[in-house]
Amino acid sequence: MWRFVLVPAAFFVLLGFFLVGLFRDPTLVPSPLINQPAPAFELPQLLAPERTLGLADLATGGPVLMNVWATWCVGCRQEHGLLVDLARRGEIPIYGLNWKDDREAAIHWLQRLGDPYVSTAVDEDGRVAIDWGVYGAPETFLLDGQGIIRYKHIGPLTEDIWQREFRPRIEALQQGRS
Amino acid sequence: MMRWLALVLLLFSAATAGAIDVREPMADAQKQARYERMIREIRCLVCQNEPIADSNAPLAADLRREVRERIEAGETDAEILAFLTARYGDFVLYRPPFSPRTWLLWLAPGLLLLIGAWVFWRVISTRADKPIDRDWVDPAEDASK
Repeated sequence: MWRFVLVPAAFFVLLGFFLVGLFRDPTLVPSPLINQPAPAFELPQLLAPERTLGLADLATGGPVLMNVWATWCVGCRQEHGLLVDLARRGEIPIYGLNWKDDREAAIHWLQRLGDPYVSTAVDEDGRVAIDWGVYGAPETFLLDGQGIIRYKHIGPLTEDIWQREFRPRIEALQQGRS
Repeated sequence: MMRWLALVLLLFSAATAGAIDVREPMADAQKQARYERMIREIRCLVCQNEPIADSNAPLAADLRREVRERIEAGETDAEILAFLTARYGDFVLYRPPFSPRTWLLWLAPGLLLLIGAWVFWRVISTRADKPIDRDWVDPAEDASK
């Protein structure tokens, strides 16, 4: 009799595994940097190359976004409108990391599509991106006021993701501060 | 026929040959050997089923550079792998460490072999009990008695 229980049970366990796997995105690799201090960096700014942007500039006391983007990245083009909108609504200060890009093209992109960034750092050779565990633009990090990475979104941001994943976390961080 | 097969195989080999590092090998042959071994152990995160040795993705090239520079700077293999897993997680390793999260992954082959052996033994022993001088009976029917 046992085989009439055991065999279907094994079958359904396997089915369960496959079913869960079906709805998970295998290209998403969870970052071990969540709840860790953001890696230090010091890079020239995109619009003012003689000045640098560093981790210290991001520690403003409140939560900030660090958005990894490039002009060659299609997903970045998709989310750019939302970033401009977020900046205009004054939701949160957004910093940019321009990853392995052409400087001229990047400047032109911001002029044409709007510049949502407080400042953009230029990571031409991709070293800082490796330090931050970046593997595909766009990626958006949420940092708290102490420069600790609290959340990371991989792929283009949408209003839906913003409301669901970012807003509650930002509000929690702001409440924790006051 | 053989000529066509040879041509197709040659075309396949061209893709991997193109991905090989364009930089000069390191002066220290031992370090170069370590480098070549390590880049086969590290997964490319963009094209996830390739080691960074075979990948043409810009990130893979950056990671190769990172490994190379760290070897040249005298870091050990363990230090380099620790640097990478601190940023990308165990996923970058083709051989993830044995930990509570991966014990199923590592033990599954042995476990499945044991289950297979057990099922095999069960089938053999129930068959051995049956007299051979009768018509074959469906085991399912037999078990329901």
